[in-house]
Amino acid sequence: MTSASAGRDWTLADVPPPPRTASAVADPPWVRGLLIGVALLFLGLFLLLPLVTVFGQAFSKGIGVYLDAITDPMALAAMRLTLLVAAISVPVNAVFGVAAAWAIAKFEFRGKSLLITAIDLPFAVSPVVSGLIFVLLFGAQGLLGPWLTLHGVKIIFAIPGIVIATTFITFPFVAHELIPLMQEQGTEEEEAAVSLGASGFQIFRRVTLPNISLGLLYGIVLLNARAMGEFGAVSVVSGHIRGQTNTMPLHVEILYNEYQGAAAFAVASLLALLAVVTLVVKRVLEWRMGRASRAL
Amino acid sequence: MSIEARSITKSFGTFTALRAVNLEVKEGELVALLGPSGSGKTTLLRIVAGLEFADAGNVLFDGEDATERSARDRRVGFVFQHYALFRHMNVFENVAFGLRVRPRRERPSTREIRERVHELLRLVQLDGMSERLPSQLSGGQRQRVALARALAVRPRVLLLDEPFGALDSRVRKDLRRWLRQLHDELHITSVFVTHDQEEALELADRVVVMNQGRIEQVGTPEQVYHEPATRFVYEFLGDVNIFHERAEDSRHGGIYVRPHAVEITRRPIGDGAVSARVQRVHVAGPTVKVELVTEFGDLVQAEISQEQQRRLALTREDAVYVRPNESRVFSEDYSI
Repeated sequence: MTSASAGRDWTLADVPPPPRTASAVADPPWVRGLLIGVALLFLGLFLLLPLVTVFGQAFSKGIGVYLDAITDPMALAAMRLTLLVAAISVPVNAVFGVAAAWAIAKFEFRGKSLLITAIDLPFAVSPVVSGLIFVLLFGAQGLLGPWLTLHGVKIIFAIPGIVIATTFITFPFVAHELIPLMQEQGTEEEEAAVSLGASGFQIFRRVTLPNISLGLLYGIVLLNARAMGEFGAVSVVSGHIRGQTNTMPLHVEILYNEYQGAAAFAVASLLALLAVVTLVVKRVLEWRMGRASRAL
Repeated sequence: MSIEARSITKSFGTFTALRAVNLEVKEGELVALLGPSGSGKTTLLRIVAGLEFADAGNVLFDGEDATERSARDRRVGFVFQHYALFRHMNVFENVAFGLRVRPRRERPSTREIRERVHELLRLVQLDGMSERLPSQLSGGQRQRVALARALAVRPRVLLLDEPFGALDSRVRKDLRRWLRQLHDELHITSVFVTHDQEEALELADRVVVMNQGRIEQVGTPEQVYHEPATRFVYEFLGDVNIFHERAEDSRHGGIYVRPHAVEITRRPIGDGAVSARVQRVHVAGPTVKVELVTEFGDLVQAEISQEQQRRLALTREDAVYVRPNESRVFSEDYSI
């Protein structure tokens, strides 16, 4: 040090070797170890352990009880209803989500920011409150109740109410997924298509839809998982009529409250399985989307 | 096909992009719309293409009003700055797109489409690449695919929005020359937008210089460069010095002169020579660049040949005389 300041020309030998850690922001190994350890421990405790417990409890009284529980007519009715609800609300929300994302990403209009905020409303409100909103709207004492009763339409404590509540809860998923994607892609490809003579429908089918297909699929997977698993809002509007207005999550709760632990966990295990499948599909889609965006 | 834009006006919110612009493009011409960003050149191009609609004014193709016609029906080939290729389609499908979306009775057969696409890919020298995705091509290749795609539908007009803007300078020069050749072969009426004056002057039959939503001048490259109509055109088309020959000149706008037209001498010769002091001399490069300050305080950039520099041997602080050749004076009413 002193020799350098004394004016001697420095040589390469004076230059210190680069530090062994490649990155300037790398933390010491023990910090990294600790962080990874904490994350894994947390994951194990709060995610893996419950999952294992669900399956453990489901099979605790043997495979016979498990099979009985999931083939019970009430359980089958609940599964049918859950599939029916998903079969309605998933396509409805997929179409709505694409339309909303299209409008928001590709057009400028008054009230756009209001629409963006409104889309997030179901995420911001507690599902129980969402359920109550529909009871207040369509219930016997509700705003539209007398009119509906007069015309013999039953929404609350019936399947329409469950479908409406589920659709409301799940409508942000697809739009949320697509808005940033479509904003990033812009409108140039659509403009190119129109200048080449394509009609509106041709542009949508041949240009827009293929460009958003992975994102749309991703949104639908999450949307479907939530539609099948929704409890709070559905619980409020369903009325818990066995064999008629019980969805799978509600059925699980009833069994559990009746001290049929093994049966409750057996049905729950099906929902858990759905979650695992959803995560795997989600991961695969993320991987493919990552590849698609890197390719640009 | 000829294009005519009549008193086109367009605003976006409070920003006025075009103010009553008139433009005529003759059949088979290659015209450049040149101007700084925000001058309205891209907006004008998009209005001609039908991708944007004017607040007022008309667009005519071959004298026929096309103002209300949608982009779909205008048969205009449009090439975007960032190519806008369909990212999920390979090169072949991109070029074939315009043929495939035709109504069934007008649609060529699969074989005709295949022949047409390969013919176009040969034209843009990409015939071996038809299976590639846009992401697997270089910028220059992508832009050529975009051009082939636009030409596939046999457009009556070709419009190019900063076609070389996203390319590096070497590829840009090659592609520029090639586009000129292509135009000479196809004779398709073409308009391209650029902010690069060199590109406009080298490529176009006529140059339209735009500024702040107005057309400043329309003319051949020679006209706009050597006889600029306004101060803006003079300044936009090349480096410029503002020069005062007498102290009282400062009331006027001064004399405009390009660096290569500044004559430097050791002795005062002829009219209009002003004494000056050399500030800096850059000898590296094909010409020698000299910075001087005149007796009236004007900073002047001059370009002289290496041979002149050998004769003059200018160095810092030398006292010399400068005289503008080929200068121009703009009357005050053009001042901004």
